[in-house]
Amino acid sequence: MKILYGMQKPDEGTIAVDGEQVSFANPGDAIARGIGMVHQHFMLADNLTVLENVVLGGEKLYGIGGKARKKIMEISDAYGLGIRPDALVEELGVADRQRVEILKVLYRGARTLILDEPTAVLVPQEVDALFDNLRELKAEGLTVIFISHKLGEVLKVADDITVIRRGTTVGTADPRTATTKQLAELMVGSELPSPETRESTVTAVAMLTVEGLTLAAADAVAAEPETMGRTAPEDSYIRESAEAGRLLLDDVTFTIHKGEVLGIAGVEGNGQTELIEALMGMSAADAGVITLDGRDITKEPVRKRREGGIGYIPEDRHRHGLLLESSLWENRILGHVTETPNSKRGVLDLKAARKDTERIVREYDVRTPGIDVTAASLSGGNQQKLIVGREMSHNPKFLIAAHPTRGVDVGAQAQIWDAIRDARREGLAVLLISADLDELIGLSDTLRVIYRGRLVADADPATITPEELGTAMTGAATGHLEANNDHVEGSAAADGETTEDEAR
Amino acid sequence: MKKFDKDRLLLAVAGPVLALVSALVLTVIVLAASGVDPIDPLRIMIDQAGYEDIQVLIINQAGIYYLAALAVAIGFRMNLFNIGVDGQYRLAAMISAVVGTAVSLPGPLHVLLIVVVAMLTGAFWAGIAGALKARRGVSEVVSTIMLNAIATSLIAWLILPKNFGVQPAGSNDLTTGDIPESGWVPSLSLPGGDIYGFTFVAFALGIVYWFVLNRTRFGFDLRATGASESAAQASGVDAKKMIMTSMLISGAVAGLTGMPLLLGESHTYNLSFPLGIGFTGITIALLGRNNPVGIFFSALLIAFIDKASAGLDQNGYAKEIGTILQGLIVIAVVVSYELVRRYGIRRQQQKVGEELAAGHALKTDNKEVAA
Repeated sequence: MKILYGMQKPDEGTIAVDGEQVSFANPGDAIARGIGMVHQHFMLADNLTVLENVVLGGEKLYGIGGKARKKIMEISDAYGLGIRPDALVEELGVADRQRVEILKVLYRGARTLILDEPTAVLVPQEVDALFDNLRELKAEGLTVIFISHKLGEVLKVADDITVIRRGTTVGTADPRTATTKQLAELMVGSELPSPETRESTVTAVAMLTVEGLTLAAADAVAAEPETMGRTAPEDSYIRESAEAGRLLLDDVTFTIHKGEVLGIAGVEGNGQTELIEALMGMSAADAGVITLDGRDITKEPVRKRREGGIGYIPEDRHRHGLLLESSLWENRILGHVTETPNSKRGVLDLKAARKDTERIVREYDVRTPGIDVTAASLSGGNQQKLIVGREMSHNPKFLIAAHPTRGVDVGAQAQIWDAIRDARREGLAVLLISADLDELIGLSDTLRVIYRGRLVADADPATITPEELGTAMTGAATGHLEANNDHVEGSAAADGETTEDEAR
Repeated sequence: MKKFDKDRLLLAVAGPVLALVSALVLTVIVLAASGVDPIDPLRIMIDQAGYEDIQVLIINQAGIYYLAALAVAIGFRMNLFNIGVDGQYRLAAMISAVVGTAVSLPGPLHVLLIVVVAMLTGAFWAGIAGALKARRGVSEVVSTIMLNAIATSLIAWLILPKNFGVQPAGSNDLTTGDIPESGWVPSLSLPGGDIYGFTFVAFALGIVYWFVLNRTRFGFDLRATGASESAAQASGVDAKKMIMTSMLISGAVAGLTGMPLLLGESHTYNLSFPLGIGFTGITIALLGRNNPVGIFFSALLIAFIDKASAGLDQNGYAKEIGTILQGLIVIAVVVSYELVRRYGIRRQQQKVGEELAAGHALKTDNKEVAA
């Protein structure tokens, strides 16, 4: 993928575009050949408008004024992208931003589009909309390379499938005849990894209780763009609430027992980030009590909470989980600098830390040539395995797992799920926040839906379907979600928020 | 694993070497372009360094620079740009000189008092910038630069004879009076001159710097904050406290910068106390990559250029050639380090990829996880 986009040079082999052999020295060459890439992490300037973002770097094509605007609208209309050129990017939701990225690439004259895990951040309804867009592009004669580890989606949208594992092509498949199972077997070389947790390990002992947790947006730092800007695109309600910046978390109450995985479903930007930060101690709650293992930790700083047994798999590992330019063993110390084996009486114990890093690398199958390489040189999956290994190494009582398998390959995904499951069996309480609904339903013992900072619905993962969950995430359903009912009793809303979860 | 270490060492040396070579080449070009013999001045400078008295001057100057550069480096390690070392150092030297003159204590205690006052003054002055940054988000670059100017005015006012200043008879210099001999630090006498005793303290401080940064929890937190503030915060570092602490430490070390001179030679603060040491410290910290050994050699190099270029005047060349050389080093350092850094990251990523493809990963055994 990087080679195709000119970011890296191949050692061997050839690339042919339109039957003509080409070689790319940099992304510019690739763009000139009509290859465009939509990255997994959006590369947009939040404080510029859509129009400005699109012309940025491509000023020579159609200028920056009326001509550019006309061209943008032309492309937008031709492929049904529904772009509003004067909207600020920070006001757009994830799906809208993705469409801007696609438009950016088309604006530069791309005929071949590479989409890297485009659905990772979308809810099912948005995924369908994206697929409609892709079909439009296809109909216009464009080529789309769709990279995803969600097999169902690949089967749904692709005309041809190539499976790559550890850098080599392991097979091709025809989406009309192939099944997810066959594809998965090709991908991992064995059976389909499933997030399914087999037996329930939930105990009656409460590990973490959160009561009436409320967090208001501070006016000066209201609506941090990374978190609050990511609201659902089609839903004006959510955007309004973000702009108004009232309550980011509104009377959130739940209990997680020993051995229980509580899953939180929700469209990004509905308070998940704030919930994590409040639980970690990175932002102080305005009201509410957090109790961990019988101890009130509401007022404790981050470090005390971590020492007290909170493990943290952050949603953005590059921002919150790793020092990218530091070595693996230094990253192993990060977050646990005061704990053994990393330090003794204020002095680091490098030897022990290094030894333990090697253990993590071995036990969690982090693929690396050594522990002195920088974290940045590992693939996302291996970085994540290192983080999981690190957090698990301190015997946490309570683990916050935010999108633990986002952008992670299938093999690593299964290993991470295994690690969470194992720890759960040993009495770990887990708060799982994920945009991958299959993961949520498969791993969780209890499901809650967060919407505009409130826990509005709960569901039984044994019976719920992703579609029903998706509906609740947009705020259309509240209360206890019954799988066999098409319609959900909305009257139970108040109960759903306040009742303590019984162990199921 | 050994191979990566060797690579890293090579890359670490490549940066400064590349910078120095290109700075020298550029200097030669500048000299040639201005119609001066490009090689002769450089030869004279190297000859100068052969004299014992110049060598002593270089070492003394290097000690002063070393302290200033350490102060800057502490900030750099956590992405704080303490541009105010200059003001912190001068104010600290001035206040500690005043205190040192006013009191009379037995030898070591007297020196200790002066040193502590200097550190406290430096820390206080830097702490203002730290507090502004932590509480109000004021960029420390702006506030420290402004504090430099304020320090200059404050010193000019404090040193007036009606305040703390003394005007020696028959001179228009102003001083803070003489510190009694119990407040002096003895020098090491060599044939070429005296090496200030505090110079050795300065270099010893390099070891303390290394230990604190690389071997303590506090140092790890500080470095983590510098590498990624968001990750450090999630790891449990209180960012505001860290800004404040590192600014205070940086200021305290900056306060020490004037000590070799004050305790070893002048024994008073006067109008001819050197200006701009703090800014040279920035160059040296950059060139030395915030590494105590690197800073040591950079301090020696810059001190050499300083002292050796002074002799150019007598040989018919402008001594500003040294300044040009220093300036070019700064530019070359910034450019070459970034180049080397990018190259290093790319190379490592490639290597890791290659090693993994070749199946050289550390022995993995995921059975243990699944079990």
